[in-house]
Amino acid sequence: MERRYLLGNEAIAHGCLESPVSFVSGYPGTPSSEVIEVLSSLPDRSYYAEWSVNEKVALENALAAAWCGVRALCTMKHVGLNVAADPLMTSAYTGVTGGLVIMSADDPYAHSSQNEQDSRMYAKFAQIPCLDPSTIQEAHDMVRDAFSLSEELGLPVLFRPTTRICHSKGDVELGPVLQNTRKGEFHRDPRQYVVIPAHTRILHRKLNEKQPKVRKRLGELGYNHAVVKGSRAIVASGIAASYVQEVIPDNVSFMKVGAFPVDDEWLADFIRIHEEVLVIEELAPVLEETVREVAGCVTVYGKKDGHAPYEGELSPAAVAGIMASCGFTPSRIFPDVSPVPDLPPRPPILCAGCMHRPVFYAIRKVFKDGIYPSDIGCYTLGLQLGAVDTTICMGASITVGSGMVHAGEEREIIATIGDSTFLHTGIQGLMNAVYNDARMTVVVLDNRITAMTGHQPNPTTGLTACGTPSAPVSIEAVCRACGVGFVETVDPYDMATLTTALKDAKERPGVKVIIARQHCVITARRAGIRRGRYLVDPETCTGCGICIAFGCPAIERHDEKASINELCSGCAVCAQLCPAGAIRKGGAR
Amino acid sequence: MTGGYDIMIVGIGGQGTILASNILGGACLIEKRSVRGAETHGMAQRGGSVESHIRVDGRHGPLIAPGTADLLIGFDMLEALRYSHFLKDGGRMVVNHHMVIPTSVYVQKLPLPSEEEIISQLAGKDLCLIDADAIAREAGSPLSANVVMLGAASHHIPLAAESLLLAIQRLVPPNTVVINTKAFELGRLAGQTC
Repeated sequence: MERRYLLGNEAIAHGCLESPVSFVSGYPGTPSSEVIEVLSSLPDRSYYAEWSVNEKVALENALAAAWCGVRALCTMKHVGLNVAADPLMTSAYTGVTGGLVIMSADDPYAHSSQNEQDSRMYAKFAQIPCLDPSTIQEAHDMVRDAFSLSEELGLPVLFRPTTRICHSKGDVELGPVLQNTRKGEFHRDPRQYVVIPAHTRILHRKLNEKQPKVRKRLGELGYNHAVVKGSRAIVASGIAASYVQEVIPDNVSFMKVGAFPVDDEWLADFIRIHEEVLVIEELAPVLEETVREVAGCVTVYGKKDGHAPYEGELSPAAVAGIMASCGFTPSRIFPDVSPVPDLPPRPPILCAGCMHRPVFYAIRKVFKDGIYPSDIGCYTLGLQLGAVDTTICMGASITVGSGMVHAGEEREIIATIGDSTFLHTGIQGLMNAVYNDARMTVVVLDNRITAMTGHQPNPTTGLTACGTPSAPVSIEAVCRACGVGFVETVDPYDMATLTTALKDAKERPGVKVIIARQHCVITARRAGIRRGRYLVDPETCTGCGICIAFGCPAIERHDEKASINELCSGCAVCAQLCPAGAIRKGGAR
Repeated sequence: MTGGYDIMIVGIGGQGTILASNILGGACLIEKRSVRGAETHGMAQRGGSVESHIRVDGRHGPLIAPGTADLLIGFDMLEALRYSHFLKDGGRMVVNHHMVIPTSVYVQKLPLPSEEEIISQLAGKDLCLIDADAIAREAGSPLSANVVMLGAASHHIPLAAESLLLAIQRLVPPNTVVINTKAFELGRLAGQTC
């Protein structure tokens, strides 16, 4: 046994190695990404690992692996599970022979997400088990156990950590890493794997028949447990159970649920020996609804009666507040303090030298009255530059744009989408826009990497997850194959060419695509690319503020003059914008 | 009240808060003590304000509640002020005497407190200001400022300096062990006198 201080996702990856896992696929998404980053970067791998192009693709790959009898892990963030929902729902019908663990990382408070959906609802919807860890140690143990559980039940298992598990750290006890010795082999069985109506009706009945066994086995696993101490009880799940343990007094009973669905009888036996029960969980009232179903005349407090919030994340202090609101006295009192008001915010910002910034700047110049549907990536930060009007989900820049065109919107539509997002679900929208003859411009922000989630490679990068060279996909050829007549590739650091390309696109009918290609400034730096820094000649600077408005974090204003700080990466875009010619190369980097 | 020692490390994405938190966690393991931590990952790291929570002897959740931290290590003065309400009454604050001005100040022309104003707003705290950037340069690399800060704060951290140093030597890139060892020692010296 070894004890290490690990990030939750590192502990989860290690749990997979202990199982051991044979096949790993997924699509990057905060807070899930580090699991595959760890598994794909280890030397001497005895398993296969890939970044897939989207979550549906990833899950279908992993499902096939599990059909072939090997243990498969598929990772994604909660909204990725929406993309993978189609195979998910029917995978419960077909079942698996090798263990299939689907990790869907939820993000209460939407730290880096577009919504706060609760993946446990998907498990209930699909009628598959869901494991919901309350600590990093438990996350590690659960994922290790999930593979054998999946094999035993013949069902995919949904593993659902949250941000405060994935991106928290703790001392974790690890087991030995095992070598994968399984080799996939498919055994033909059309009644199991061809879900035509005649087969699927039977498979649905079999899935329903499995449910009592699922509840029983989950109860035996040991992730649900209870201690009786008085007439009042707190029932909690996920990381919120850890917060409860910090503030629960000695005379209050405690039940922790880590495995869903809960055994109704066991739950009812516990609830009914109490007078009042408080349910503490983040996001949807999944556990609370189950408690209310069995509560009888026991008083239940939670979200549904307004004591606990449906949105945001909890904390020990928030749990103490909820307890106090329904007459439970927490063991700890938290000070009532508030932050210093009116400090200038420091939100995340596009890096100095980021290729997205000049593109947004040029779009705003050329398409002054345009509408700017955008997508999900670092470039969503283009919002700060006034160049992002809509973001809904992966791939929805082009589709939202074409929808607006056909709804009658007459202003110019300029959609922006990153390389990885374009390959994820952007291509279908482009094909549709061409097919239905939308008049719009699409700018593919191609920095050859999935940057926002931590620079994972994608099919444009030329490398697989494990670093093996692969032929880069041609976005130009994809666009032409979709029927786009105007496809121009430009260097976004070259403002004149970029602007000309946008103006050309503006004059033409139909769907036009401009591919703005430049390496992500972070990956370029890591690859050793050094451009000289730029500086402002204070004598020539007129203080017009054009470079300041560009919004680069390397440009500062002091005494009404611009200056350039050490963040400058040498992209030279500001030098092209300066009407006084006051910015020039100078100083080494 | 929790029986543990709660440390906040705050700064700007890219300043090395995560390595600092790993060093503290590593030192806890060396002393066979439990530890919990929480930190900012993902897009928030792009030059944004970041916070790491480290709970020495922590046994439950990773989050430190506002008003309860024993120690706050600030890699930037403005960020130290932004998170100062996390500190408990009488808590220690070790802050780098340096401020990166947020781009929002230039672009949106927002008011910014001066260094003097920040210091006066922190007047009620047990504040130790360290010129970590200068000390890091003296140690051999400006990138070692995070380790300088740990050194300066180490007098108040209930972990042996030897454990912290051993964790540093295990966790920094091998070719920077000498620089970071010096950075820790110089930071520790500077922290002694404030």
